[in-house]
Amino acid sequence: MNKNYFKILRAGINTTFQDQGRKNLYHIGIPFSGAMDNRNYLLANQLVGNKLESPVLEFAYQGPLLEYIGEKINIAVTGDVNFSIKKNNGLIRGNCYETFTLENGDVLDILSTNKSVYGYLAISAKFDIKYQWSSCSTNTKANIGANGGRKLEINQKINLLKVNQNLNSKKINYINTRLINIRVIKGTNFDYFSKEGKKIFFEEEFTISKLSDRMGMRLEGPKIKNIVDTNIKSEGLIKGVIQVPADGNPIIMLSDHGTIGGYPKIGVVISADYDKLVQITPGSKIKFEEVELSSAETLFKLYELETQNLISQI
Amino acid sequence: MIKNILNLGDAALYCDFGKDVNKDTNTKVIRYFKSIKNKNIDGINNLTPSYNKLIISYDLKKTNFKEIKKKIENLNIDNLDNLKNQKIEVPICTDHIFSLDIKRLETKLKLDRDKIYENFFNKEFFCYMTGFIAGMPFLGDLDKNMRVKRLETPRVKVPKGSVGLTEQFANIYTFESPGGWNIIGNTPLNIFESSKEIEPNLINPGDTVVFKNITKDQHQNYNE
Repeated sequence: MNKNYFKILRAGINTTFQDQGRKNLYHIGIPFSGAMDNRNYLLANQLVGNKLESPVLEFAYQGPLLEYIGEKINIAVTGDVNFSIKKNNGLIRGNCYETFTLENGDVLDILSTNKSVYGYLAISAKFDIKYQWSSCSTNTKANIGANGGRKLEINQKINLLKVNQNLNSKKINYINTRLINIRVIKGTNFDYFSKEGKKIFFEEEFTISKLSDRMGMRLEGPKIKNIVDTNIKSEGLIKGVIQVPADGNPIIMLSDHGTIGGYPKIGVVISADYDKLVQITPGSKIKFEEVELSSAETLFKLYELETQNLISQI
Repeated sequence: MIKNILNLGDAALYCDFGKDVNKDTNTKVIRYFKSIKNKNIDGINNLTPSYNKLIISYDLKKTNFKEIKKKIENLNIDNLDNLKNQKIEVPICTDHIFSLDIKRLETKLKLDRDKIYENFFNKEFFCYMTGFIAGMPFLGDLDKNMRVKRLETPRVKVPKGSVGLTEQFANIYTFESPGGWNIIGNTPLNIFESSKEIEPNLINPGDTVVFKNITKDQHQNYNE
């Protein structure tokens, strides 16, 4: 008997359970997965008083429409998201980075992300979901993780286990900044590309293609010419790697990427810029900017410090 | 044994074991991979061995390139004897319903199907790496006269259990996936069991694999 649950009245475009992702499985072909925008994932959990590594619902572009049945819980939505809560006595417009209370019969409508891709919903209760290799993160390509490895579907029920009785209201002021220049470190095959190709990579703009998802971000723009070999011996990939296949259009590996790849690596997005990168919408233009390893490490420390500061303000 | 250690971005180490793809180079990669894995080095969160490379991912919150590089350079590598490699027999059925690309192979290789299967079943394969999709083993080496390129147009769906050939390698599709390898048969054996918490994949780098020909009936009624 589950007395607390959500009923999915609309699933949204790509709504999945995510957490910190899974480690130490690249060697058998399983990527990290996990929340694409790690900072917004952590902030959502902190707002509702969860452990930081708790599962949340991640949605892309259009979120789910959820009817809640059960005892009072708090929710928080992070990212840049339009949402509302329909209650018995009217409609409440939601604000991101602020807790709201859901009561029996309330309907949460996560309408859309605003000029960004991913948003997060955390609740002050435990989702009744399965863990696989110490993570609930759903990888829909390999059918791994919570919800049978699939995205949420209409009419499905999400049962809740433990509800946190402590419903403190919390709020922070935070505005997601947008990056136009994505900082990268030169890749291990940088010299596979023509002098002109290298120049194009760091000086020209690229447009994010609609064919982008949790696995990868495809870019279109001036072609980057290879002068050595358009294939390499297949080798490991990590998230942020920018591969350039024979057609000259770069592809950036994202959290659900295949673990092995055979295209030359022209660059790797620095860790500090990953959360911002994944939020850039298809059709937008981006530019790459070269940084050295030491700068990338410092930039990550700063980014991490800023995240910790935000968490401690909640 | 590592020829060169570079950084791959700011959160991974790129260990290059040399240009050539052969069993000797790959065995070195696997020795490093297994040794590092056994040592549970703090901060390392992923290892990806491939033909001639080992990529070591680390948590930038805990460590950095310099620290991990030093640890890898000063590592004591375990003996080959401790690697616990297995020999695995994989049953496959080559009935025409499964051998989707045998005609293409006959044309490309200028060998008849009997000769192709004779070569294939007499071969003892070595697992170079697993990955791309969960649990997929890359097995080598096919004889020189058995090597063909990928399909010009990859299939949108390759059935689960399909055994394919490309260049010097054979692989097994652990679940239905897009792919461009030349399919010559199908195994009823579960190569990857996602319900297993520990070692979900049947074949690991360093293992030896032989294929055994089974009939369509045996394929249908196969019990592990």
